[in-house]
Amino acid sequence: MTLATVLPVVWFFIIGFAVMMYVLLDGFVLGIGILSPFADDEQQQELMMNTAAPIWDGNETWLVMGGVGLMAAFPKAYALILQALYVPVLALLIALIFRGVAFEFRFRAESSRRVWGLAFCLGSIVAAFAQGVILGAIVEGAPLKAGQAVHGTFDWYGPFPMLTGVALIFGYGLLGATWLVLKTEGRPQMVARDLARPLMLVVIAFMGLVSASLPFLDSRLMARWFSWPNMLYLSPLPIATAVVAVLLWRAVMKNRDAVPFVLALVFFALGFLGLVVGMWPNLVSPSLSIWDAASPPSSQGFVLVGAVIMLPVVLLYTAYSYRVFRGKVRAGEGYH
Amino acid sequence: MTAEFLSRIQFGFVMSFHILFPAFTIGLASWLVFLEALWLRQRSDLLRDLYFFWMKVFAGSFGLGVVSGIVMSFQFGTNWAGLSTMAGNVLGPLLNYEVMTAFFLEASFLGVMLFGWNRVGHRTHFLATCMVALGTLVSSFWILAANSWMQTPQGYTVVNGIIEASNWWAAIFNPSFPTRLVHMVLACFLSTALVVGGVSAAYLLAGRWQDKARLMLRCALVFVAIVIPLQIFVGDLSGLVVREYQPAKLAAIEARWTTARNVPLTLFAWPDEAAERNDYAVDVPHLGSLILTHSWSGEVQGLKDFPRADRPPVAAPFFSFRIMVGLGLLMLALAVVGLLLWWRRRLYASRWYLRCWIAMMPAGFIALLTGWYTAEIGRQPWVVYGVMRTVDAASAVTAAAVMGSLITYFVAYAILFGFGSWYLLKVLRDGPGSAPQRFPRDMTPQRPLAGLGTGNGENAS
Repeated sequence: MTLATVLPVVWFFIIGFAVMMYVLLDGFVLGIGILSPFADDEQQQELMMNTAAPIWDGNETWLVMGGVGLMAAFPKAYALILQALYVPVLALLIALIFRGVAFEFRFRAESSRRVWGLAFCLGSIVAAFAQGVILGAIVEGAPLKAGQAVHGTFDWYGPFPMLTGVALIFGYGLLGATWLVLKTEGRPQMVARDLARPLMLVVIAFMGLVSASLPFLDSRLMARWFSWPNMLYLSPLPIATAVVAVLLWRAVMKNRDAVPFVLALVFFALGFLGLVVGMWPNLVSPSLSIWDAASPPSSQGFVLVGAVIMLPVVLLYTAYSYRVFRGKVRAGEGYH
Repeated sequence: MTAEFLSRIQFGFVMSFHILFPAFTIGLASWLVFLEALWLRQRSDLLRDLYFFWMKVFAGSFGLGVVSGIVMSFQFGTNWAGLSTMAGNVLGPLLNYEVMTAFFLEASFLGVMLFGWNRVGHRTHFLATCMVALGTLVSSFWILAANSWMQTPQGYTVVNGIIEASNWWAAIFNPSFPTRLVHMVLACFLSTALVVGGVSAAYLLAGRWQDKARLMLRCALVFVAIVIPLQIFVGDLSGLVVREYQPAKLAAIEARWTTARNVPLTLFAWPDEAAERNDYAVDVPHLGSLILTHSWSGEVQGLKDFPRADRPPVAAPFFSFRIMVGLGLLMLALAVVGLLLWWRRRLYASRWYLRCWIAMMPAGFIALLTGWYTAEIGRQPWVVYGVMRTVDAASAVTAAAVMGSLITYFVAYAILFGFGSWYLLKVLRDGPGSAPQRFPRDMTPQRPLAGLGTGNGENAS
């Protein structure tokens, strides 16, 4: 056991954690955007946005943490993945730009109010789809074909990334709906409840579909999942996911306020964990392992010192800012 | 056109767009700390109104800075995979420290700062403002460390064609870092001060919000008067570092072709790179040596000492440097004249002078951009000076893909810039009106209007 063996493992989990934080936290904010056309009127749309206005920026920072963390700890994977996925990454960035500025611009806009409302919605949908495509392409091993880096502009295209792209739109929609149930009351909350029920069914169906297609991928990524005795050791994960799905269903049907959001987060985290377990120990399947792609211990160790000190502090003041804005959001709140 | 060339245009474009907003918010955040600190001491409505007014400006430009900044963190992979592969071991960790120590800090406390006025106490709110300002400064620390390392790399070894850090202290505190960091932060402060002063001048000319405008103009004037001489001094120090570590860049900035002593200062010329000479040169004897080497007859290296393949372009650094310095001197003149008028008690009444402030509003940003062009184009043909060439840094993506992304960014940023300017103008036109009163949550104010117009902004707290 040397530093060069251990550090990549540690960094695999740190980056996995950062990406998961991003998926969960920005997931529900993107979900609000995806669901925004279902609002009764402009005021309700504004209220929906207000539930996330104070925190969206911090949520999005986890994406930067994941991206830059990958560059610091696994520069080869960072270079390989982003080149190969040039188009979906571009789509993601442009979508996030319009989604993000819509928070400020929509409040200040007059005649272009609808335009920025639309930008918020479309930006969220495209960002969710692009993230799903990127995730699917990495799981499928699109950046590497036969051990060679892939440079074609559209070589990432395939049915599986399309499937994960669409699945993530609905998945984020579910997170958004349960968040709105938690943060609103009265009519907006009713709208969110009505959305959460069908979304939940669709998301569970997509999760089944994605899981079922894993064994057929070229990357043999999920071979681990379906070989004996791994299947036995790993069985708690799908079982837990199924249990959470049932609990989530009951919580939504019983019109609970906070429980559905928490369970939706757990449900998402378990799904993410399932993919990560399948990827291990590769960053780009089937052949670029975390040890191949790792930066030397001088780099990984240096940043790890900072991560060990800073990430708990970051989590602490993130929790603080959520605490400051706890409770139901009412109309007319904000500094505008 | 190659993918590398298009990627350079794209990086220059998205970077130039991006840098305007952090530059503005670095200055604005500290200005907000100053205003809120004053308000905490004096509790006057005027100061709180000003705080809320500039907070709106801050919110808009911070949002634009965040979204255009996320683009930057992925550019190194999508378009500069060669650089990430070879130098990611050094650049990645520095940028990662920026995320962990600055971005999260800014982003989390920004929410409290913008939306927490009625939810946290005064001191906590002030703390949030301070944390946001601290975040902006820490962020500039890391980003300047990374960029300065690319200018004057230290503390590394090359193993199998890959750069590895051997001494982080030396890599971070590389020779050009201290002066470039101070130069950049002061540039951000100056850019913001010029906007604050320009806005107050516009209000004074329009006869609106006189008290607030006078206060802001005084602050801006005093600030520029103190900082601009300091900035010129730091810029000079930065030039000395360039002379020692990047002589080819210095030769390009000064359009010096042959190595010589007693070199003149070329105020203007048309550098002809093919013929290796300057046309229409306007020279001041000896001044070049004096400024660049701090000695009457100091030697300055010329471009002919370097093989053509190792020379940066000449015209771009030469002209952009002169624009930057020219604007710096105009700022100095603005400050000196302003102090004179203030002393004669004619500061607020001299309409021509107020118009000068309005004209100078973009000067800080233009100087900042041209300064960056000088530094970055002058570093060419290297991406990591003397270690890695820009040609080798590009990704293996197709030129068509980069052309597509370049056009996409161009259209998207044109829309953002258009609407962003409209947003800013609207906030400025609406002016520093009355800021909201402070009510603790879930407590009905006893006397809702008690605080209005009495100079006491407090109600039921």
